[in-house]
This record gives sequence, C-alpha cells and structure tokens, in this order.
Amino acid sequence: MAQRALPIGAALLVAGMVILPVTAVFWRGGGPGTLGPADWAALRFTLWQAALSAALSTALAIPVARALSRRRFPGRSGLVALMGAPFILPVIVAILGLLAVFGGNGLINRIGAPLGLPRLDIYGYHGVILAHVFFNLPLAVRLILQGWLSIPAERFRLAASLDAPVWRVLERPMLRRVCPGAFGVIFVICLGSFAVALTLGGGPRATTVELAIYQAFRFDFDLGKAATLAVLQLCLGLGAGALALRLAPREGFGTGLDRLTDRWDGRGRLPRVIDALWILLAAAFLLAPLGAVALSGLPGLPALPAEVWSAAARSLALALGATALTLALALPLLSAPGEVAALLGISVSGLVLGTGYFLLLQPLIRPAEVALPVTMLVNALMALPFVIRILRPGLEAARADYGRLAAALGLTGWRLWRIVYLPRLRRPLGFAAGLTAALSMGDLGVITLFADGDTATLPLQVYRLMGSYQMEAARAAALLLLALSLGLFWGFDRGGRANAAI
Amino acid sequence: MKAFPLVAGLLIATSAAVETPVLTVYAPDYFASEWGPGPGIEAAFEARCGCDLVYKTGELLPRLLLEGARTEADVAIGFNSDITKKARESGLFAPHGLDISALTLPVEWSDDTFLPFNYSHTAFIYDNTKLSEPLSSFDALLEAPDDLRLVIQDPRSSISGLALVLWMNHVYGDKSAEAWAKLAPKIVTVTKGWSESYGMFTDGEADMVLSYTTSPAYHIIAEDDPSKSAAIFEEGHYFMVELAAKLAGTDNADLADQFMAFILTEEFQSMIPTSNWSFPAALSEAKWPEGFRELPVPETVLFYNEDEAAALRDEAIEAWRSALSQ
Repeated sequence: MAQRALPIGAALLVAGMVILPVTAVFWRGGGPGTLGPADWAALRFTLWQAALSAALSTALAIPVARALSRRRFPGRSGLVALMGAPFILPVIVAILGLLAVFGGNGLINRIGAPLGLPRLDIYGYHGVILAHVFFNLPLAVRLILQGWLSIPAERFRLAASLDAPVWRVLERPMLRRVCPGAFGVIFVICLGSFAVALTLGGGPRATTVELAIYQAFRFDFDLGKAATLAVLQLCLGLGAGALALRLAPREGFGTGLDRLTDRWDGRGRLPRVIDALWILLAAAFLLAPLGAVALSGLPGLPALPAEVWSAAARSLALALGATALTLALALPLLSAPGEVAALLGISVSGLVLGTGYFLLLQPLIRPAEVALPVTMLVNALMALPFVIRILRPGLEAARADYGRLAAALGLTGWRLWRIVYLPRLRRPLGFAAGLTAALSMGDLGVITLFADGDTATLPLQVYRLMGSYQMEAARAAALLLLALSLGLFWGFDRGGRANAAI
Repeated sequence: MKAFPLVAGLLIATSAAVETPVLTVYAPDYFASEWGPGPGIEAAFEARCGCDLVYKTGELLPRLLLEGARTEADVAIGFNSDITKKARESGLFAPHGLDISALTLPVEWSDDTFLPFNYSHTAFIYDNTKLSEPLSSFDALLEAPDDLRLVIQDPRSSISGLALVLWMNHVYGDKSAEAWAKLAPKIVTVTKGWSESYGMFTDGEADMVLSYTTSPAYHIIAEDDPSKSAAIFEEGHYFMVELAAKLAGTDNADLADQFMAFILTEEFQSMIPTSNWSFPAALSEAKWPEGFRELPVPETVLFYNEDEAAALRDEAIEAWRSALSQ
C-alpha cells in the first residue's frame, strides 16, 4: 500500500504546485479572458512549429545517436558533453550565436558570398525550426543515445552470432520505445518558445502563445487572459505528453552483464563514413554558434565587473539547490502518472507560474525574501519532465530485470534503492543532474518578478549589461555563463559515468 | 526550538536597522543596475536625506498592480507615458505637488502626478561609415531600396516598439497601413526587446536599428566611437519620456516628497545624460555634457498623450501586425 501511496502522493503534490499558482492568477484576473483571432493564429503557429521542430530534432538525432553509440574516437566524451550546451544557453545569447553563423552577416554568408553562392536568409519559419533544432537536437541525441546504451552488449553479440539484422531486431524496437518520449518533451519545450520564434521567424507571423501571455501580462495587465492562455498551453502539453506515453511500447531488452558493447554490424567502410559524416555535421551545426559566443566573449573577460562574479556565485548556488530539489522530487515520480504530472510544470508559462506564486506568497511574506527559493522551485518544476524522461526507462529496466530477485531477497524501501536501483541509475542520474543544474543556471525564470537589485542571477546580469549598451561585457558574462553551465553539466554527467566505459 | 534564539536575534537586528528610515523605490531592472543611473542617484540622495534608499527592480507596473495597496513602494520611477493611463487608473499614485515650470521638455507638460526625469525620441540609428547618405525623412526611408536592412522591436512586448507604431500612426494617420506595407520588406526581423535589436545592429546583422536619438551619445562618450548616428526625419520624431510618481499609500510621505523634489535638482539631472543615456528633463542645454549638446535633435516632436495613446494603441499595433504578417 505504502509503495503505491508515495508515487501518487508525489504526483498530486507536483500537479498542485502547478495548478495552485495558475488558479491564483485566474482568481485575481477575475475569471477567463476572451481570446481574439490573433490569439488563435498564435495558437496555430505555436502548435505546428512545435510539432515540426520536435519531429525534426528527433529524426535527426537518430543517426547522430547511432553514430555516437557505435564509434569510439578521441574527444568523444567531450563532444557528448558539449552537445548539452545549446539547450542551456540564455535565449538572447543563443540568438546572437546562431546569427553569427547563419545570419545575414554570418559565417556562412561571408564564406558563401565570394564563392558566388546565393545569400542565405535565416529569417522566416525555417529560421524558427533551425533554432529549435539547434536547441533540442542535443537533448534528443542524448535521450536516444541512452536508449542505445540500454541495449545489453550480449544482445548485439547474439545478433552477430546469428547474423540477425541488428536494425530490425534491436534498434527499431528500441527507437519505438524511446522516440515518442523524446518527441513529447521537445514538443512541449517548443510550445513555450517566444523570443527565438519571434526573432528568427522574422516578425509577427511567428507569434507564439507565450508572446500573447507576455503582452497580456505586461501591457494589458489582463491576468484572466494570461491565465486562459496558460491553461491552453497546459492542455496542449499534457495532450502531447499523454499521447507520447501511450504510443511508446513498454517492453525492454532484458538484462545483460554490463559488458562493453562491440558492434559487429558497423565495421564496414560505408557505415564508418556515414557515421563520421553525421557526427561531423552535428558537431559543426551545434558547436559553430557556441564557438561564436565564446569568441565574442573573450575580449571582455578580463574586465568583467564584480557584480557579474557575485551573480555567478548566486547562480551556481541556485543551480545546485534546484538540482537537489529536482532529484528529490523526481525519484518518487518515476511512474506514468508522475511523468504526466511533471509535464504540467514545463507546459505552463513560467511567467504565469511566477505570477501565481507571487500572488500566493505576497500576503504571507515579502516576495524578495523568497526570490531564490521560488526561482529554485520553479526551475525544479521545469526540469522535472526531463529528469523523469531520463530516469524512467532505466528504473523500469532495473525493476523488470532485478525486481523479482530483490523481492525474493526481501529488499524493500531505501535498501532496495541503495543496493539495486541507484547503482543501475547512476549514468542517467548524472546526466539528469547535469541537465538540471545547467538549465537552472541559464534560466531567467521568475526572477524578474521577485528579484531585488541584489539577488540578480547571471542570466539577468547578461540582460542588464545588454540593456545598458555594455555589449562587450554582456558577451563576456555570457561566456562565463556558458562555461559554468557546461562545467556543472560535465561534472555531474562525468560523475555518473565514472567507471563506465561510455 | 533551536531556531527560536536565531529568530529573536534577527528580530532585534531588524529593529536596530529601522533606526535609519528606508525609502523604497521601485525601478525597472536597467535603472538600478550597476550600469544604470540608480547607484549614483542613490548615493547622492542618501547624502542629503540621512536615509537608506533601496531599489526594488522588476516589471514596474505589473508588480505594483499585483501588490496593490499592500505595496512597500514609496516611490516608483521609470514609467513610460504610453502606459501611464493604466497606472493612473489604479489610484495607487498621489500628486507630487511640485512646481514643474523648470522642466526643459520639448513638449508641454502639466501632469500633477507623473514627473518626467528624462526624455529622448525614437529614431533609427545607422553606421555613418557604411551608409554615407543619411535618410532625411520617413518618406525617404519608405522609398529606400529594399536591401536596406532594418531591425525593430515588437510593439506587443517592447515600449520602444510601441512608440514606433505610434510614431508611424502620427506621421501617416489613415495611411499607416500602406506605410507599413512599404517598410515591411526592409524589416529583417522584429525582436522581443531593445537589447536583442541593438545587439544585432552592433553585430552588423542590420543597417539600421530602432533606438533613440540619444543612442549615439553612448558610443561617442563611452567608446570614443563617432560612427553611430541617428537619422533625423523632417516629419518629426516620437517623444519618449520616463516618469516617476509617489505612491499614495506610502508610509514615508516626507522622504518620498523629498525624493520627488530631488528629481528636479541639477545634481540629479546632471547625472542623467551619461548614466541613463538620454536627455535630462529639467536642465538647460548649456549644462549638458559635451557629446550631448552636439547631438542632432528633431525640429518637430510628435507625441500622443496617454489618452490618445491608449485609444490608438490597438489600431496602430494591428496596422503593424497585418502589414508584417503578409
């Protein structure tokens, strides 16, 4: 009984932490707002761009993950870690990085123009999709790569000895299990896009629901409308999540002896070349804009003001706190209802969530005093769906493979986790912790509503510097942010992979 | 139980700190940051008042409206005239009671509640080493070849973007839809806020950016870079003013009044140009720093008061949206 009560209780708690603030905004706004034709147009655009971005990110991730799963080369683990970076960059920095490569005056056009190539114009729907693939391809690659790594080495050995088609018997079933979840999570992330879609979409054609929420909140102060739009977002996110979970079959591959995987099927020359091409393409696509961000940040680095460093320290503390909180919330949520409840957190607009908490807390306490804890909580809620998506397959596999043995041995509760589950979850735990830490590092989140002058986080400082013409310092601060986020990500991820030949 | 002595200690510490009166000023984020005018103003005012000035930053009006009468703010600084109607209707603000005859704004100003502290005009900024022939009118901009690359801000998320659609409306009136249609092919993209646009411009992603007539002063004074200029249009430029107001429910009325009066002093006003990078609202031109005195300013200043702006806003945004959605 207690075994079941905990996951359901945790799911209800997380759902409550999202629904309560949204309700508060509704209540304050005096009920639902009315939506105009422009809002419905925004909803349509939001939906199709999210679907296309998620489909492309997932589809492109398959060959890249496959290549990474069966090749060993120097710098591979560094590349896998670096690939987490686009996901965690503050939006404004990522936009400028992308434009440095794909923009009118960007690298590609500067190389192409003397060669007489037609000018690349990034602005338009294709720009939105490109940017979203840039942000989310790495996440998809990692999720799918995990799927590949979850196939026991013995299965490949068996397939090789029977001369069985690896793609049909092992890889395709694995992808059918992993891809719907990856698609669902990315779809939900893209639902909340705003500045990226607008800037790279070239204007108001690329208006998303999130922009309409921002407008309702900031200019019209129409909280009813903001909450109505947030609920729409929420339903879309939940719908997509539920669908993805329903589509994904459950069966796994059974257990193995954790031996190093040897891939007999990838030994030919053609597979090698194809894999190398995919890895090179993905690396160039993801790393060139990051390189541009890093390069433009270097000149300002020595002269970074002290405020930036103190904000960096604050952001680090925030990220570590959010990571601990997320993992604590995630472990009891590793179930289907848990995953659906967690999707609530990322589906709903951070602005509405923040406003809701502000309304709930303000009668009780000065908002500035809880700025950092609330930011931490909202960051944790936002990261939960990723963490659960990353951890659940591992836990289910461990449960299927060792659950009966553990039950026979009478292992329950904490001892079961300590002896059986946690060691088997080490790798996904490291990745999940790294992702959460890096995400909270880069998130501007709700801090803008709660913050005082002296509780600014590093991303907020980047925006402040840019808003005061200090472009060089802003770039340097962005580089610092990038380095710290990557450091956190790499540290956790590495920790999870210690002693593993991955 | 262990927490009790700690809590008691904190309470004692807090009550000791209450000895110095605290003036709470709500301000936009840029204002109070190290690189805005906030810190200088704070130091100067604290030297006069023997008090502690504390900034609370964030979305100014939404936050005040969320807090309502419970707000801790004594003074709020950084409103824009295009949204003061909403602020005024909230009833949260009290008249400042100051003599504002010393204002040096280019428009008539008689508001008894919202006190201007700086102003500028919307303008398109360009690199004068790349565009040698400056555009001298809005018409010339509309007729310019379509390979002129502009970046502007979204009127639904940015105050300068809103000012642009009102500017267009002021210049072209009923014809603004056609004007937007002519401008649309030149607009590379629209950004959420000013920072993204300006970053794109300095990166060379656009030839002109929607900003302010005072933007070149930053490059001239802080970077010794004379290459950025504002294109001055014959039709006139839209007026952007930033305002401060006293909260009606302040429990520090004396200090709040002192601060409001401080805004009009030369000490405050002379800090504005090189920290806010805009024109001071009550300082004669002779006292402006070098670099500001030489800035070209428009002869005609266009402005909608808050009622007009509120009435025209939806229509002006819709003209922009439908032209750029084609």
